[in-house]
Amino acid sequence: MITIGVLDLQGGVREHLHLLSQISNVRALSVKKKEDFNNLDGLILPGGESTTISKLLNIFELKDIIINLNKEEIPIWGTCAGMILLAKEIAGTSTSHLNLMDIKVKRNAYGNQLASFKSKKVIPKISKKELPLVFIRAPYITNKNKKVKTLLKLDGKIVAAEQDNLLATAFHPELTTDLRVHKYFVNKVKAD
Amino acid sequence: MKSVTDRYELNKNLAQMLKGGVIMDVTNPQEAAIAEEAGSVAVMALERVPADIRAEGGVARSSDPAMIKEIISAVSIPVMAKARIGHFVEAQILEEIGVDYIDESEVLTPADNTNHIDKNEFEVPFVCGATNLSEALRRIAEGASMIRTKGEAGTGNVVEAVKHMRKLNSQIRTLTTKDNEELMTTAKEMRAPFELIKYVAKEGALPVINFAAGGIATPADAAMMMQLGCDGVFVGSGIFKSGNPKKRARAIVKATAHYDDPAVVAEVSENIGEAMVGIEHPSKKMSI
Repeated sequence: MITIGVLDLQGGVREHLHLLSQISNVRALSVKKKEDFNNLDGLILPGGESTTISKLLNIFELKDIIINLNKEEIPIWGTCAGMILLAKEIAGTSTSHLNLMDIKVKRNAYGNQLASFKSKKVIPKISKKELPLVFIRAPYITNKNKKVKTLLKLDGKIVAAEQDNLLATAFHPELTTDLRVHKYFVNKVKAD
Repeated sequence: MKSVTDRYELNKNLAQMLKGGVIMDVTNPQEAAIAEEAGSVAVMALERVPADIRAEGGVARSSDPAMIKEIISAVSIPVMAKARIGHFVEAQILEEIGVDYIDESEVLTPADNTNHIDKNEFEVPFVCGATNLSEALRRIAEGASMIRTKGEAGTGNVVEAVKHMRKLNSQIRTLTTKDNEELMTTAKEMRAPFELIKYVAKEGALPVINFAAGGIATPADAAMMMQLGCDGVFVGSGIFKSGNPKKRARAIVKATAHYDDPAVVAEVSENIGEAMVGIEHPSKKMSI
């Protein structure tokens, strides 16, 4: 049995918990107090408003705890806003949030809501069959260094990537009923 | 080209990302910056907060687009703005200037006493007020991506928001006990689409997120609405009509995130200055 926490400060928390609960041998927890982060085998940073979640991480003094989880090489997966939190650089600003992953991201990269969209693509490392992809005011990765492996490009832009224990997706697998990306993360946690 | 169904699904998904958040009424870029800094998930841009609309009277209309645009450029979180009920041209203007959500709001003077805006005609997501399940489902059928309780805006009195949320919860619970024949009768009685009635009966929840709004003034108010099952809260006049807006904004954000932890709600409720002056309902009810 492995324990995966979903950061529960703001955003699409319940959706992640719901999908994780359908995978066997996984205990899914919402985590928001400092002590909730003890004994986690993996952590998901959900979608939401990255600015807001970052402020809340500061307000509740949780940033160092997550940074320490990364030092212990606990797998961390950021979806959409979560990917922005992981990034070391954010286009158009001099700030970053958790500063963990060697990627530069562009927020709302496809424009505002009028540019949210659905797509289907194969991510070879995750599944041989097409995965449904939901992009909601999504970011994408504009730059990365060699340590970061691209998992998927869409129209030339990197929208899924991996660096050691870190996984980032610009899209929201938790807004679909497809469990494959969550299972991929669970396997990453088990292999850890 | 996206189909209307796809667009609606994406708008509902977008609104889902606001969950657990606080949305604050702001009237200028400085207030918007305070709201963002305090950790609010979005701001509602408007010229006068409901307490002032209430005090000053007259026809309350959609705000000056220039003022809304200033707020849009001042923050990186989503910006919402209000259109009058039924005023589809005010909504067209708001969509044109790039607001992230339109609130078709009873806080403004209605422009149409009979009809609401056909929200399916728009790309931008809408939030609408509701006092009960049938209203909520009609707004959803018209294309609302998000629902909020109506409450009694501008009063600092949470009683109506509580009433609307409890009513909604109770009606949803009742639906989950009915069979299909009964549900058709319910759809007729509620004047709501059968498909939506069936969805609510099966899932025990609305198909869109539901925020609390109207009269929320304290961290305890916000936490109570969350415990009653809301997905987040709107705070209108409650922040910038209070003694210490920065502190109160932060306190309400904290109480909303830790709504189920009395220790946190107690701590943030200490020394946050004067709450807005409350108005007892319904002695000064708005004429809408």
